[in-house]
Amino acid sequence: MKVLAAMSGGVDSAVAAARAHQAGHDVTGIHLALSRNPKSYRSGARGCCTIEDSNDARRAADMIGIPFYVWDLSERFHQDVVEDFMSEYSEGRTPNPCVRCNEKIKFAAVLDRAVALGFDAVVTGHYAQLETGTDGMVEMHRAVDHGKDQSYVLGVLTQDQLARSMFPLGDSTKDVVRAEAAGRGLFVAQKPDSHDICFIADGDTAGWLRDRLGAGSGAIVDTSGEVLGRHEGTFGFTIGQRRGLRIGKPASDGKPRYVLDIEPVSGRVTVGSREDLAVDELVGIRPRWCGTTPATELDCTVQLRAHGDGHRAVARVIGDEVRIELIDPASGVAPGQAAVIYAGTRVVGSATIATTRRRTPV
Amino acid sequence: MNVSAPPPVAYFDHAATTLIYPEVVDAMVAQLSRLGNASSLHGSGRAARRVTEESRETVAAVLNARPSEVVFTSGGTESDNLAVKGFYWARRSADPRRTRILSTAIEHHAVLDPLDWLASDSGAEVELLPVDSNGRLDIDALRTAVDRDPDSVALITVMWANNEVGTLQPVDEVVSVAARHGIPVHTDAVQAMGQVPLDFAASGVDALTVTGHKIGGPFGVGALLLRREVELVALLHGGGQERDVRSGTIDAPAIVGFACAAEVAVKGQPQRAPALAALRDELVDGILDVIPDAQLNGAPGAGRLPGNAHLSFPGCEGDSLLMLLDAQGIECSTGSACSAGVPQASHVLLAMGKGESLARGSLRFSLGHTTTRADVVRVVAAIGPAVQRARAAGATSAQGNRA
Repeated sequence: MKVLAAMSGGVDSAVAAARAHQAGHDVTGIHLALSRNPKSYRSGARGCCTIEDSNDARRAADMIGIPFYVWDLSERFHQDVVEDFMSEYSEGRTPNPCVRCNEKIKFAAVLDRAVALGFDAVVTGHYAQLETGTDGMVEMHRAVDHGKDQSYVLGVLTQDQLARSMFPLGDSTKDVVRAEAAGRGLFVAQKPDSHDICFIADGDTAGWLRDRLGAGSGAIVDTSGEVLGRHEGTFGFTIGQRRGLRIGKPASDGKPRYVLDIEPVSGRVTVGSREDLAVDELVGIRPRWCGTTPATELDCTVQLRAHGDGHRAVARVIGDEVRIELIDPASGVAPGQAAVIYAGTRVVGSATIATTRRRTPV
Repeated sequence: MNVSAPPPVAYFDHAATTLIYPEVVDAMVAQLSRLGNASSLHGSGRAARRVTEESRETVAAVLNARPSEVVFTSGGTESDNLAVKGFYWARRSADPRRTRILSTAIEHHAVLDPLDWLASDSGAEVELLPVDSNGRLDIDALRTAVDRDPDSVALITVMWANNEVGTLQPVDEVVSVAARHGIPVHTDAVQAMGQVPLDFAASGVDALTVTGHKIGGPFGVGALLLRREVELVALLHGGGQERDVRSGTIDAPAIVGFACAAEVAVKGQPQRAPALAALRDELVDGILDVIPDAQLNGAPGAGRLPGNAHLSFPGCEGDSLLMLLDAQGIECSTGSACSAGVPQASHVLLAMGKGESLARGSLRFSLGHTTTRADVVRVVAAIGPAVQRARAAGATSAQGNRA
């Protein structure tokens, strides 16, 4: 097949491209330039959007022996990911920009352009496995390396997108991938993994949001409404957060307190006990199904954040919504995150968490 | 071994760099194994000095300059930096009122970026004068800018021919405007050498930039032709080589190669230029036949470099087209690229009044001494399907932007 390998400059996408090339595909490497000002993005090992990363990707492509180009997706990335990130936070939700990037950029803007230019598929270094089921549908499963599994951030992909994707690393552990990179002479073999958000240069998400959206300072209250303190901006908080609350007054029961709720307009942040955080039902909107839409209620496992645990659940599709009843309650469920629905290791689909129902109403 | 075998591709990027002439390689290889620093006083030093001076005489002869007016440098970027900064510093230090530099909006970054730097670091007031829709300097705008306050102008720098769209600039008119007030003129003639006649003495400019690798010579060597009476502040201080304007050990093998290429390129120019122009016209006509809504950018006919064809393809991204042609062994350029390799809309096309999307949907095909008719035929055959594909890809982006 004629395939386009998206190369971030990191070890995973380099090995993915090398494997596709070795498997006999006609591979062209591209680096996505996502920043309108590359110098402003994370540098070196920590990010995926710098000139250094672009050069690393180019050198990896040289060593693999494939053509390489840079595609400028910065405008689309700004519109679809960065602006969405800001507007979600401004409404008190906690978005996942990697999910959004996969949905709107890598497997949409890039894939569509690739197909139009005559490519059959896009190859990435994501850790997830694709299999063709007996019905001919492409199924996505968790990666062999559960610690690296990235099926969560790919849960927004539809059948059309999956049918034109290749994830050559899904059957390998990270250690194997690093060793293979070294064996292939790819100097990115020891490059550290990227974490955090690529467009926030110093890793200070709260500060980045404050600079763009204003402070949003307000009161910190308990579930009874008593004011416990003040904070300098809601953007410093995410639901389920425990650290950094800086409440002078200890809780009456002496237990740690967690962020239960954020109201961006009033700036009010409600805190409470771990028990108060427990959620047993949630509603997801904008569902995206990897295959056919589940017809009836589905016994499943639901993952509610990247690298989070799976919770046994029952999902029901009701109109444009998915109602998910959690058999294993979850704590710290933040609206805006994706709820990804699994049947065993298979990804069924996902939805954006809109509302949650607490066992103990706030 | 023939190191100068023609490339196995249809190469249309001679304005970026062109294939080195075999006789240049031979001359350089011979010189590389000769001992001697041209500044040494003994026999080996004198031998290295001799070939350097012979090379200087050759370069001077083919460009009609005096040998002492040839300052060898590491290439176009250094020559441009030396001229722009060196003139500015020298002229301002002679008279502190001289803080203005007049140039054009379509210069190469080797001129524009030093100008930016002088503006932010050394108090220069840079005025980038407009060009017309063909990319030719508006000489009246220059005249007005000079006349506003001639005593404050440190330097005028206007390229001989634009590197993207190939439009020749009215350097003779620039010189006559400047001469009335004794203002020095620099011109970047990197693209012009070997393509159009260049006569340093007759041009009336005070400094002229040329480089080796655009004319079939080696990388990393070029020259600034500099009138004898002109004094510049040096960028590189050290051993005092090259009139004390450009210190650094003389690179005799590179200089020998540059001189050899200069001779071949300039002496062959009268025959090569019309042949290139004919091939170029065939290329443009062929492309316009297949893609009737493509637009030729830059001046028509004799107003542009004979080897330059620059076209916009509405609805296409230039980098999609480049990739599709590259995959078939057809090598061209989208214009200027930033250090991360991201195609930016060309400042030249924007200055010519082209919209951003048209500017991004452009390709430069530059022809040179290896170009054949078969190469042209390959492009004309490939361009239709490539544009069709690139338009489909462009349509997906447009849809995404609306969503």
